[in-house]
Amino acid sequence: MSDTPSNVDGDVEAPTVEAPVTGPGLSGDSVDRRRVHDMWVAGTEERDWIAGATDEGAQELLPDDMDPASPIQRGVAVVDDFVEEVPFDPEERQIMNMGPQHPSTHGVLRLQLELEGETIHRVKPIIGYLHTGMEKTGETLTYMQGATNVTRMDYLSPFFNELAYSLAVEELLGVELPPRADAIRVLLTELNRVASHLLWVATQGMDIGALSMMLYGWREREKILNFFEKTTGLRMNHNFIRPGGVAADLPDGWEEDVELVLDEVPKAVVEYEDLLNENPIFLDRTVGVGIITPDECDAYGVTGPIARAAGINWDLRKTAPYSGIDQYDFDVPVAEHGDVFDRYIVRIAEIGESLGIVRQVLEKMPSGDYRSEDRKVTPPPRQRIDESMEALIHHFKLFTEGFKVPAGDVYRAVEGPRGELGVYLVSKGGARPWRIHVRAPSFAAVQALPVMMTDSLVADIIATLASADPVLGDVDR
Amino acid sequence: MTVVPRQELVEVVSRAKEDGYSTFIDLCAVDHLRERPRFEVVVNLVDRGANRRLRIHTRIPGDDATVGSITSIFPGANFYEREAWDLFGITFEGHPDLTRILMPDDWDGHPLRKDYSVGSVPVQFKRAHQAT
Repeated sequence: MSDTPSNVDGDVEAPTVEAPVTGPGLSGDSVDRRRVHDMWVAGTEERDWIAGATDEGAQELLPDDMDPASPIQRGVAVVDDFVEEVPFDPEERQIMNMGPQHPSTHGVLRLQLELEGETIHRVKPIIGYLHTGMEKTGETLTYMQGATNVTRMDYLSPFFNELAYSLAVEELLGVELPPRADAIRVLLTELNRVASHLLWVATQGMDIGALSMMLYGWREREKILNFFEKTTGLRMNHNFIRPGGVAADLPDGWEEDVELVLDEVPKAVVEYEDLLNENPIFLDRTVGVGIITPDECDAYGVTGPIARAAGINWDLRKTAPYSGIDQYDFDVPVAEHGDVFDRYIVRIAEIGESLGIVRQVLEKMPSGDYRSEDRKVTPPPRQRIDESMEALIHHFKLFTEGFKVPAGDVYRAVEGPRGELGVYLVSKGGARPWRIHVRAPSFAAVQALPVMMTDSLVADIIATLASADPVLGDVDR
Repeated sequence: MTVVPRQELVEVVSRAKEDGYSTFIDLCAVDHLRERPRFEVVVNLVDRGANRRLRIHTRIPGDDATVGSITSIFPGANFYEREAWDLFGITFEGHPDLTRILMPDDWDGHPLRKDYSVGSVPVQFKRAHQAT
């Protein structure tokens, strides 16, 4: 045995990092690459080295003085115990990559952090790792198949994706829905909101060290997913809300299952509040962290619980009601500080409000059809196909070429658990959408992360990111 | 819904913001292949005070797919314009960082264009040529 430490190859020389004058892959002909290339060459020596070392070309941070977002994003000071201002030499700044495989990034999000010691000087979110071209795929599917595609975008709120998409298609078609279809939609989406927020409480707790929250949140969410599984056949990606109504009626005994959820989830939420509301560690990690102001929310298109935590009283269920949700009685919880703790308060309160809506749906669920009886849009009941030639033809036509939608464009939005979830649909009169664009709330939230994170500490990154609740399937689509 | 010439997009968005449409919601592009002008950019704004929505459409020719950037008015348009550039190849003049956002940065072509084929396209892996 030798006394000198050596690696496997017996090569004791430390690995050296070559510092190329220009970054690799930057000398292409396309305009953007040439532009970025010029930018790096004109930059400081330090910048050149960074471009070479991380080898990501166009995905790099801009040179500091050429980043116009910097002054906008540096507006909010973060209240923190850490107030000591160490004079910092810009040459000592370092770039750190968080992700794309970091467990706290909730999927595959990469954050490029420019650090001054422990303080975040700048952040750049880098996305696209989960991009699967779903908007392109949507153009190749018929309107009836489209719900299977959009439900996979935000996989924690599949019913909302299906609902926004179905509402857009129905508006172009001019289809009227029976009241039971609307009530089932409200029941499922509001339960979905509760499930999504429960998962959020679980991961927020876990990310800042309250590991037991992880288990509790998933435990209660499972009860809701059991109901979804019984109703739709799947725990996620249901493809249940479709243009023209819903795929099937609620299963026998659904009332008892919903009662069970209404009985158990509020008890559990009280437990969470006992665990977190006055927990000094939780308060230390969340109060005054990751602040965003109402003006910044507007400028960055941030909606949903993040905006409401900042004091914006805006909820599409009140301002642009869909599926008859305005006939139920509920409040919109609004906080004022816009920090991580207020987002927690808002989401916990929203769980209660959503369960209240679910209780009202349970009490006054109308009877009747669960989908439009327009045979040009929804398939006939199975037994009719054996009896009626016309039903057979309708069924065959619907499932081979689909239904045609009048030409036009429409934007319909619903209040998803993460904010305004909109679908912009362009039809040229065919059986497939010409263009389907999804306005993803997580996309706007991820874009606003630098606003919430700049000037905070590295540890606060985790708490802030978790509180924004981004779903990367929604961001990248 | 408003249709404006592309030279006036920035001005119209700026006036709309002064008019109360201060929440930026969405920006997306549409490729109307075989129509002239070929591309369309759609901007969605909201006036929370009066509960109004405004959709601004502008058409952009295919042989000169450029339009002014609205990032100076709404910084939140940054990612949306990058997405439109990435997937449609529409250049937003004055955008601070018009680079690919969803596709890998060495990708060829703009996949959401209607003349970009679906299926049977060679898969482009980053630096695949170096691996062989």
